[in-house]
Amino acid sequence: MIDRKWIGHEVGASVLPIERGRLKFFARAIGETDPVYTDVSAAREAGYADLPAPPTFLFAAELDSGALFALLDRLGVPLGKVLHGEQRFEYLAPVVAGDTVTVSSRVADLYDKKNGALEFIEIESQAVNQHGTPVARLRSVTVVRH
Amino acid sequence: MSTPRFDAVAVGDALPELTLPPVDRTTLALFAGASGDHNPIHIDLDFARRAGMPDVFAHGMLGMAWLGRLLTGWAPQSQLRRFQARFQGITQLGNAIRCRGRVVEKLEVNGERCVRIELQSANQFGQTKIVGEALVALP
Repeated sequence: MIDRKWIGHEVGASVLPIERGRLKFFARAIGETDPVYTDVSAAREAGYADLPAPPTFLFAAELDSGALFALLDRLGVPLGKVLHGEQRFEYLAPVVAGDTVTVSSRVADLYDKKNGALEFIEIESQAVNQHGTPVARLRSVTVVRH
Repeated sequence: MSTPRFDAVAVGDALPELTLPPVDRTTLALFAGASGDHNPIHIDLDFARRAGMPDVFAHGMLGMAWLGRLLTGWAPQSQLRRFQARFQGITQLGNAIRCRGRVVEKLEVNGERCVRIELQSANQFGQTKIVGEALVALP
């Protein structure tokens, strides 16, 4: 069982520079063919200042920084036991290449089901850009299989 | 891409479907690198077996990214307000995922005219992998 004392625990800020090359790599990895995601002139024509970060891209912030894996380690949860249960994004402002996004999270809740056979880690995150403008709110539920 | 007009969209309308090629190990290796999710359970067979899994399997966020493609293929991403997914089943190697979306409600949120879209992805055997929802603002 994960110690419930971790509810409310703050995860340190993760800084994610939004880079064109990384966005193109991401687009290729998900099979994206819309040129808005790979061609700067197509993006500008569509009204974006640069290549837009796709809807789920910001999830990379706490993976790149290692913050998410470090949190699981602190909670005593082995990587081989976790599954992604739910993910939610709320979009507040566009994120494009050239921006730097900082994601900060807290453990919003911990609970279990099936007499402890499954545990749930709920994490809430705020993402702000280099101007301090909030760009997104994220909420994720990680499932731990025991 | 032209943005669908609020008045031209009706509850029940389906978004154009998106069908993906079967998941293979290369897809998972590329997504691990691109997404930053280096959890070896998705890319290292030995690790997956030690964790009690028969093989590596797809990242949940890969399936959600595909649903994101379904959405942004229908309306520009700048119109997307909310996007959520519940991962209901593991996407195995060889699964060919079909993404579908349907307008289920027309509503006003924060002074904007929006549509609520119900999302679903399933493999070629009809097994649901993700159910989700999105809120898209339309002019």
